[in-house]
Amino acid sequence: MKQFKGTDFYILDDLLTEEERLTRQSVRDFVDREFMPKIQQSFRDARFPMEVVPSLGRLGVFGAQINGYGCSKVSNIAYGIMMQELERGDSGLRSFASVQSSLAMTAIHEYGSEEQKNHWLPELASAKKIGCFGLTESDFGSNPAGMRTTATQDGKYYVMNGSKMWITNGSVADVAVVWAKTKKDDPKSIKGFLVEKGTRGFSSKDIHNKLSMRASVTSELSFDECKIPEDSILPHSGGLKSPLTCLMHARYSIAWGAIGAAMACYEEALDYAKERVQFSRPIAGYQLVQERLVWMLSEITKAQLLAWRMGKMQDNESLKHYHVSLAKMNNVKIALEIARACRDILGANGITDEYQCMRHMNNLESVYTYEGTNNIHTLVLGEHITGIKAFE
Amino acid sequence: MKILVTVKRVSDPEAKLKIKPDGLWIQTEGVKFVVNPFDEIAVEEALRIKEKQTGEVVVVSVGDKVVTEQIRAALAMGADRGIFVNYAGSYDSYDIANILAKIVEQEKPDIIILGKQAVDDDMGQAGFMLAELLGYPQAAFASKVEITDDKKKAKVTREIDGGLEVKEVELPCIITADLRLNTPRYASLPNIMKAKQKPVKELTVESLGVAVKPRVTVKKLSEPPKRKGGVKVESVQDLVSKLKTEAKVI
Ligand SMILES: Cc1cc2nc3c(=O)[nH]c(=O)nc-3n(C[C@H](O)[C@H](O)[C@H](O)COP(=O)(O)OP(=O)(O)OC[C@H]3O[C@@H](n4cnc5c(N)ncnc54)[C@H](O)[C@@H]3O)c2cc1C
Ligand SMILES: Cc1cc2nc3c(=O)[nH]c(=O)nc-3n(C[C@H](O)[C@H](O)[C@H](O)COP(=O)(O)OP(=O)(O)OC[C@H]3O[C@@H](n4cnc5c(N)ncnc54)[C@H](O)[C@@H]3O)c2cc1C
Repeated sequence: MKQFKGTDFYILDDLLTEEERLTRQSVRDFVDREFMPKIQQSFRDARFPMEVVPSLGRLGVFGAQINGYGCSKVSNIAYGIMMQELERGDSGLRSFASVQSSLAMTAIHEYGSEEQKNHWLPELASAKKIGCFGLTESDFGSNPAGMRTTATQDGKYYVMNGSKMWITNGSVADVAVVWAKTKKDDPKSIKGFLVEKGTRGFSSKDIHNKLSMRASVTSELSFDECKIPEDSILPHSGGLKSPLTCLMHARYSIAWGAIGAAMACYEEALDYAKERVQFSRPIAGYQLVQERLVWMLSEITKAQLLAWRMGKMQDNESLKHYHVSLAKMNNVKIALEIARACRDILGANGITDEYQCMRHMNNLESVYTYEGTNNIHTLVLGEHITGIKAFE
Repeated sequence: MKILVTVKRVSDPEAKLKIKPDGLWIQTEGVKFVVNPFDEIAVEEALRIKEKQTGEVVVVSVGDKVVTEQIRAALAMGADRGIFVNYAGSYDSYDIANILAKIVEQEKPDIIILGKQAVDDDMGQAGFMLAELLGYPQAAFASKVEITDDKKKAKVTREIDGGLEVKEVELPCIITADLRLNTPRYASLPNIMKAKQKPVKELTVESLGVAVKPRVTVKKLSEPPKRKGGVKVESVQDLVSKLKTEAKVI
């Protein structure tokens, strides 16, 4: 595999600070040196390479957006760029970081008590502990408000019953942030809970035979009369708005991450097309192939500008959930289409794992679905601009 | 223990370079610049020595304002402070050695580590010249560095043709770093953020009392010859005869 160069047609480097460029370099070097040599085999074996996690902890990647509690506190753009570089390696690697940082740590940071923050955040930042985030259920994906999992108070405990599906890092997590209704059928009663691995009545089971995100752990979590100490509730959480706020952070990281996957594919397609001779010359010399390559470059450049602007809006707190919806929707869609176009340019070679494009393509199918499907983000934006809600 | 390390700004070795129309240097627009990889190894070695011995790692770079980016990169790896010698003109290795000698006089480091060469002009002279100017012992092309227990000497392993040579040099000394000395760490995100706060002192060549007078000047740069396409040979005999008559390697 050739060394990754990074696509920067509009010299966006000029828009980055020194720290942001250094962050990119560190994470890029990490991915090149420690992750790329493993990913092909990990994907084949359907295994997440857990052995790289301590390095990521030392790098300071986890919870890097948080101030204090052993976290790095980098700029929003540096945080995004980091995700871009991780997903250039594999969406599974970025998923790991998004779930740990944007979901589990954000939930604790935003809705946890001071004790919970002091207890968990430094451990999660240094990767001594792993977290996951359980919102989706098998019957409630796009519509999490309908969730059936309940946690009802019983003295000094909450008793949790139900199950969560498609949970990234579910079986490897030391702590699961689980969303449950404290009153049956009442979405307003949704609260977050910190459920530790090993708690009686809590079990997990991995989902096997995935064709996408093979180098990522996806699990089902089950709660059967699971007694959780009262002080494990996230005291400041309440209603669906709480998990949705966490999801907004994660979508921010996905909108950046997808660009990384797209860049990896574009570079691969460009290199391949310049080398591959069919008929009389390299296929890069044919108009139809050039059109595809130019289209990829222009979509990547637009996605980069969108992500950069999103970061700046986050800095001045003008970023709204619908802005993030647009960037997540757009950037993942173009990344997926770029991966498919890259696969096409690579011909039959593109279907093997000697090349990256099909691995990225398969992964991006998940990214397209999780954290709000493309449809759902379209409808969120539709509601925003028309004032009419179309998804219920 | 105080260690002084050089960090030169060079074009990314991966970058595709084009020569300027005047033929004297490369076009820099759109080219990524990095810390000279051998200097990065030098910084790493200095940090490792410091971590064992305690002390201070000071990095120095000569050039115009943009080189502070490479100083910052070394600070992000963990160096303690930087010295930026603001000088925009052209220079040769001897000028650099003169500038460094003045800085050594001011800073009085125990060890000075340089990359064995810069990957842009591949001169590989500054370390030797600096040792000569200062009258310090030197150990070039280090692949392993150990400080003796009494902290008076450095035991340096060097890669030489067909084997290894171990040298002992008294401190203060000059060491130049070879490729296999270590693998530089990635700057961690917290260290990148801390680097902003670390001091970088700005100096000029005038304030150091150095008159820069390059004795070596670049006359012309040219691109490497384009590689010709290979040929397919019909038989082993054919190959052997081509190796003999055309390539003249056997
Ligand atoms: C690899 C992977 C990892 C995941 N990790 C996590 C995790 O860590 N934590 C977590 O909580 N969840 C996780 N998920 C779950 C993910 O968030 C859900 O898959 C997602 O929300 C979609 O839900 P669903 O799969 O049930 O699809 P559904 O909601 O059933 O949607 C199916 C299709 O119907 C469409 N649709 C649904 N409603 C409407 C409507 N009103 N109008 C138009 N179209 C509609 C959707 O757009 C989609 O195309 C993960 C999923 C995957 C694949
Ligand atoms: C699973 C599988 C099974 C197969 N089974 C068989 C089999 O049983 N028998 C058999 O003989 N073959 C088989 N093939 C080979 C298949 O027919 C070739 O992969 C196909 O013809 C494409 O050739 P290629 O892979 O070399 O791609 P290339 O020809 O290198 O094409 C690469 C890209 O360049 C584009 N391109 C090429 N030339 C031009 C041009 N002039 N203008 C514009 N674009 C151009 C192509 O559209 C493509 O996007 C199989 C392939 C696969 C993947």
